[in-house]
Amino acid sequence: MSHTRHGRKPPRVGDHPLFRRSLIGIVLVLGALLILAPLIVIGVEAFRQGWQAYIATLAHPDTRHAIMMTVVTALIAVPVNTAFGIAAAWSITKFDFPGKRLLLVVIEIPFSVSPIVAGVAYLFVYGLQGLFGPWLDQHDIKILFALPGIVLASMFVTAPFVARELIPLMQAQGRDLEEAATSLGASGWRTFLAVTLPNIKWALLYGVVLCNARVMGEFGAVSIVSGNIRGQTNTLPLHIELLYHDYQAAGAFASASILAVIAVFTIIAKVALERRGAGRRKVLASPPASEGTRP
Amino acid sequence: MKRHVLPGLRLSLGLTLFYVGLIVVLPLAALAVKAASLGPADYWSIVSSPRAVASYRVTVLAALGATVFNLFFGLALAWVLTRYRFPGRRIVDAMVDLPFALPTAVAGISLTALFSVHGWFGAALAPLGISVAYTPLGILVAMTFTSLPFIVRTVQPVLEDLDPALEEAAQSLGGSDFTIFRKVILPLLSPALLAGTSLSFARSLGEFGAIIFIAGNQPMKTEITALLIFIRLEEYDYQAAAAIASVLLIAAFLMLAVTNALQARALRYTVKG
Repeated sequence: MSHTRHGRKPPRVGDHPLFRRSLIGIVLVLGALLILAPLIVIGVEAFRQGWQAYIATLAHPDTRHAIMMTVVTALIAVPVNTAFGIAAAWSITKFDFPGKRLLLVVIEIPFSVSPIVAGVAYLFVYGLQGLFGPWLDQHDIKILFALPGIVLASMFVTAPFVARELIPLMQAQGRDLEEAATSLGASGWRTFLAVTLPNIKWALLYGVVLCNARVMGEFGAVSIVSGNIRGQTNTLPLHIELLYHDYQAAGAFASASILAVIAVFTIIAKVALERRGAGRRKVLASPPASEGTRP
Repeated sequence: MKRHVLPGLRLSLGLTLFYVGLIVVLPLAALAVKAASLGPADYWSIVSSPRAVASYRVTVLAALGATVFNLFFGLALAWVLTRYRFPGRRIVDAMVDLPFALPTAVAGISLTALFSVHGWFGAALAPLGISVAYTPLGILVAMTFTSLPFIVRTVQPVLEDLDPALEEAAQSLGGSDFTIFRKVILPLLSPALLAGTSLSFARSLGEFGAIIFIAGNQPMKTEITALLIFIRLEEYDYQAAAAIASVLLIAAFLMLAVTNALQARALRYTVKG
């Protein structure tokens, strides 16, 4: 290439200063209106009635219970989905078996299904009108309108999150290192912990962070399976809706501010992990069928 | 050569199939069975009832509007983030993900606060005779917000990898910037643009949390399909809820098929060159 870094580069398409400045200007203004303003307004509304009202909302037993429900749900759903993501990635990228392409598609399904549809679907499995509902009722096992239902619905909506980060990465890394380790006598677990895990840790963490954000913020699916019982089955997003429709807007925004802070931290963590190389292969979320089936 | 030298196939595949079966396949199958148990005539009368059709109309139209807006805005945003250097670029780049990170219920109440008559935007738009909150326009705004990152994030990597030599060649042949963009760059971006568009549209069709706060939720006017399902459930009309939910599910599967096909095409272009 004839152009050195400090030499005079010819202007690229769209580099005309006037065009460049106006496009940056338009994008920044629209971005501020569409993305930044919604974030700022949460803070403004949350403190509309002052610090004391803000603290009082957060200290209210119903809010504290909703926070606890959200944290407990995440503490169950995220580790389970992480284990699933690792198992799915290991089986899909380290072995060849028929139906792999179909499995990849099925794993990604929750990503395109409306959360409301997911909630309704769970109703027809565990609800009284559903598959197991009558049996569960006879044995006095509560899944719907209780924590297990909330956790299950959260697992559905976030099922692909860890797997879709790991699969393309482990696909690209191949099997040679693991095959070398096992041929030298390492056990499967040891191979995974000592060889695979160090190579995928940032992508794994990336998937965990995104999965956690979605679990904590899930609204539609959870609102159907939780039954919205105040002080019992309300997660934080449901608690926000309840306060909002109770004309306690300041309280709703105060609760929302917790989730907004989590969202900002999620983005910071995401950027930090992307600098370490995680999350760069998004376009490859569904690898072509031919991969991994080479002779 | 021995295949399957690595251990753990049975454990990992067994776990994967069990989990996918229990968490993903079983509920969707239960929904399909419930909807199918209605019989064709009853099913059709529910899914083609005027209120249901009105909800499809408002959902699809708002989703189309939001997607078209994001097509232009997302492309412009991706272009600005990859082609230009300006202070704060990294922060803007990070902020693009906010709609994904922010819970939909939070986005819903915050957009409603902005666009209601007393809100920052609502008050500014009122003199112009534009009301957003509690109108179909509000649905469009909520969908625009929640699906904004899709097109940016699918187009960005392709723009980054675009070979400058192609543009230089076109420039040396005397093409104007606009012509080169239209004839050289846009065709290279179009698979990614299409994939992002279909993801964005699919997300908007199923969106619920952000919309119900700002939509007004009037039957026949501002009631989206996802909300109609919710209302049928609250009325204990489980069959109607199942039938209408199956329509959204079929739409989601169609969009998934389209997206997969487009992504495979995008891969052919971007990976193999």
